Amino acid sequence: MDYFLKLFLSGTAKGSIYALIALGYTMVYGIIQLINFAHGEIYMIGGFTALILGGFFFSKGMPVGFVLLFSVLLSIMYAAAFGFTIEKIAYRPLRGKPRLSALISAIGVSIVLQNFVLLAQTEKFLPFPSYLPEFSWLQPYKEYINSTQLIILVTTAVIMVLLTLLIKFTRIGKAMRATAQDMHMAQLVGVDVNQVISVTFIIGSALAAIGGVLICSYMGQINYYIGFIAGIKAFVAAVLGGIGSIPGAVLGSFVLGWTESLGTGYISSDYEDAFAFIILILILLIKPDGILGRSQRQKV
Amino acid sequence: MKTRSLLTDIGRSLLNALWFMVLLFPLMVMKVNVTIGVAKVEFRWGNLPLVGIAAFVLSFVWKIALDWNERRGGKVQTDSGFGAVKARLNGYFAKPAIRRSSILALMAFAIAYPFLFGMYHTNVMITAFIYVILGLGLNIVVGLGGLLNLGYAAFFGVGAYTYGLMWKYVGPSFVQAGINTGWLFWISLPLAGIVATFFGVLLSLPVLRLRGDYLAIITLAFGEIFRMVMQNSSDITGGATGISLIPRPWFFNQKLPPIKAATYIYFIAFVLVIITIFVVRRIEDSKVGRALEAMREDEIACQAMGVNLVKNKLITFALGAFWAGIAGVIMAAQTTYINPDSFTLWESIIILMAVVIGGTGSIPGVIGGAILLKLLPEYFRALAQYRMLIYGIAMILVIIFKPDGLIPRKRKEYTFERKGAAK
Repeated sequence: MDYFLKLFLSGTAKGSIYALIALGYTMVYGIIQLINFAHGEIYMIGGFTALILGGFFFSKGMPVGFVLLFSVLLSIMYAAAFGFTIEKIAYRPLRGKPRLSALISAIGVSIVLQNFVLLAQTEKFLPFPSYLPEFSWLQPYKEYINSTQLIILVTTAVIMVLLTLLIKFTRIGKAMRATAQDMHMAQLVGVDVNQVISVTFIIGSALAAIGGVLICSYMGQINYYIGFIAGIKAFVAAVLGGIGSIPGAVLGSFVLGWTESLGTGYISSDYEDAFAFIILILILLIKPDGILGRSQRQKV
Repeated sequence: MKTRSLLTDIGRSLLNALWFMVLLFPLMVMKVNVTIGVAKVEFRWGNLPLVGIAAFVLSFVWKIALDWNERRGGKVQTDSGFGAVKARLNGYFAKPAIRRSSILALMAFAIAYPFLFGMYHTNVMITAFIYVILGLGLNIVVGLGGLLNLGYAAFFGVGAYTYGLMWKYVGPSFVQAGINTGWLFWISLPLAGIVATFFGVLLSLPVLRLRGDYLAIITLAFGEIFRMVMQNSSDITGGATGISLIPRPWFFNQKLPPIKAATYIYFIAFVLVIITIFVVRRIEDSKVGRALEAMREDEIACQAMGVNLVKNKLITFALGAFWAGIAGVIMAAQTTYINPDSFTLWESIIILMAVVIGGTGSIPGVIGGAILLKLLPEYFRALAQYRMLIYGIAMILVIIFKPDGLIPRKRKEYTFERKGAAK
């Protein structure tokens, strides 16, 4: 039982990590039905920017709290700017074209960003400093959950609540829902669809950057390739929960986290990454719309 | 008026340049290096003006190109000089005599190739041929059927591993029985095709219900699972170290020295390319091919017209996988060594790039794309580290500006003539 609890909690932490990335995926997919392959790369760029800026501030001898705050804030802004720019360059010209075009373009963007970071920075794994504080009161329970995991968990919960509020109650949230339902109709009633899509990309990318910083400090290392597999897994999580649905993305992430951690604990650790894919195949077979997704009728 | 719009364009480009200089500052100008837990940041100020100038010029060109793309609206311009040359060239190649003789010349060149150039170039060309087969196979799935398959390298791997495992497990008994191991290749070639087809059908069963992007992601999942299984079942497949010393095919009962073996494999690959082209062309014109094209255009309308979607999707995946399996055997025979790293997702993506850049659905396009993508990196070694970056950019540009690829597919046109006018 103790073993199970440990696995369950580490799965929960993992799930909350996936959730941070999956939220951005599901938002973008909900609005323009695009699997944004580059989302994982945004997450990686967020982590890298935090490392670079944090390293710079640190070498100038600034206090730790300041370094933490500014490098994280700046990296979030940079990632958001990247998301905004990518949408403008690579996705906007393809709006209204067949959906597979945008998907192929997204794969292209993902490759470009990976190799850009590889060439501009390094191909090596860099150690990532733990920016996050250690809670002394958590010390006795260290075997079960450490403070980084707790911070990630709480951050995810807060972000999910904020995001739900944003989408339910604000003007832009309403516009997002309208655009997601029917882009042309939204345009007709005066929603600036381009702006809504840009905002979606900005929010999604900012979330990815938060995820990037948190996960890199949890894993303790970073390189140019971390974004891809994390992005795919987050996508799996989003599909699992029902893509386009925000609570679904979080639930799907937890299910994925638990599956992976219980699977590696009880079955085999060689196949850690395979569990995500197997569960994806199963869910698409049994309930293609995901756990919380509404079934969509195809219309002619 | 014109100067004013030019001025605003320049102003916008300047703003864009500024934007990119800020955006790329941390990644381009600063470089991080962590030594003993301390992050060191060095500044490369030289990159900053470079980014600025490049962003200025590119955003200017980008704006013009986008405007041009929009104005063109997918129509082919014949009034421009380039369009006229293209039209004349097309008319020229439409003549059967010229078409036939140029194809013959190309064949003659291909046959003479291994004798004209050395072993190195022959080997490079074999790789290119393997990619042509792969590209044409994927083209059946993506180009004809419109089903995006991101796990195609897995079928390639199935083919290669079929030969590898045949060698590992059946090979020893061949040696014992005194039969030469060169025959293994010829047994594996059709066997790999069949095994890969089997896997293709297996994969297509669960994905039959899925549409476009879900299908892409699930094929990706299958591809990765295949690689992981190959990597982790080390007692059977050799795990990450793979299988080595796979024999090259023998020329009847004679073992060939490496140079001659390369030439031999070259011709096998060449013949297979010709067969593939022939078969794919026949498929395109067949009932199945037309059903597939209809399926790509509109699944629902297709179903309403009585086309059996399930059957056609199965056929698509099976056919695509078959060619990948064949290509896998040649690859294993050429390199004599296989391991799971040759069948990653990136391999699938590069094959997809060949199809997309060359021209989705167009046979000459895919051949050109595959050869281009495999030959360029061999002859531009200096740019090797930029290879994927350039491919990625090329893929985005092609999909935005030339969605049909560099050599677009020619659509069949039917003209109806009155009976009297036909005379």
